Amino acid sequence: MDISTGLPETEAVLRNILCDVLGLDQEQVAGFTADTGLFGQLPELDSMAVAGLLTEMEDRLGIVIEDDEIDGDMLETYGALLAFAERKREEG
Amino acid sequence: MIAAWRNPAGGEEYAFAFDRGRTQRLLVLPALFDEANKTRHLMTQVMRRLDEAGVDSFLPDLPGCNESLASLQEQTLESWREASHAAARYFRANRVLTIRAGALLAPSSLPGWRYAPTGGANALRTLLRARTLSAREAGRSESTESLLEQGLEEGLELAGYRLGPAMIRQLHAAGLPEGDALADITQDMIGGSGLWMRAEPDFDAAQADALAAIVATGME
Repeated sequence: MDISTGLPETEAVLRNILCDVLGLDQEQVAGFTADTGLFGQLPELDSMAVAGLLTEMEDRLGIVIEDDEIDGDMLETYGALLAFAERKREEG
Repeated sequence: MIAAWRNPAGGEEYAFAFDRGRTQRLLVLPALFDEANKTRHLMTQVMRRLDEAGVDSFLPDLPGCNESLASLQEQTLESWREASHAAARYFRANRVLTIRAGALLAPSSLPGWRYAPTGGANALRTLLRARTLSAREAGRSESTESLLEQGLEEGLELAGYRLGPAMIRQLHAAGLPEGDALADITQDMIGGSGLWMRAEPDFDAAQADALAAIVATGME
């Protein structure tokens, strides 16, 4: 838990979502670092899967993601996606 | 295994079914659109387990989907609701299990369960977003807002499903309904992660065991 917000830490939530979408176990996703490639490197993630991921992020992180915020850079690495999620949450 | 039933428009639809004339009879209402494909293996395996537990079950094709001859473009949540009622009557179901946004189609007369229920607006948002993402990959620019406007006026193809304007309108307006006589089954109760979220269709026997056990216990 994040003491200042009382919410689960963004990172923990994001790792859980990636477990669910990629069908990986907790251990594998725990090994992700900021440089771990996501969507550039995983061709099986089609637009439907990415859309599902973004909807899950909205639901579980309590954020709204606009069209113009979604770009290739944000989805390219685990670090970029986490930075995006943390920023959106701070904007609240 | 494959049964036929009459939709309200008079056409014939198929259903995946285990019917041995038993008293416990479960109507299974599938997830909608892309999620229906990703959860179908799970559903059919839950039904096999229920068959072994002495429960008859019926998973009808929604008009316009799978083997249906009906036009998908003419379907609405309302027409699918009527079809669900017709299937429930035809198969003499006395319980219902809905999957994801299939919760929107539950006949009000039946008690039962909603597995990981979600509303139509949420389902539509994901479909619109998938379309804008694939357009972008193809170098075209589409926005979910303008697509929604277009969809409300003239209909829209989303994830390979050609939906009419009335369907888009009803999905857009449909939050998650009150459960009333239906108990919600959350993913926590099943374990693992929801198969509808997976990038590729997948299956998990432990999830089928857990879901079938909850329903079989409740049918007694």
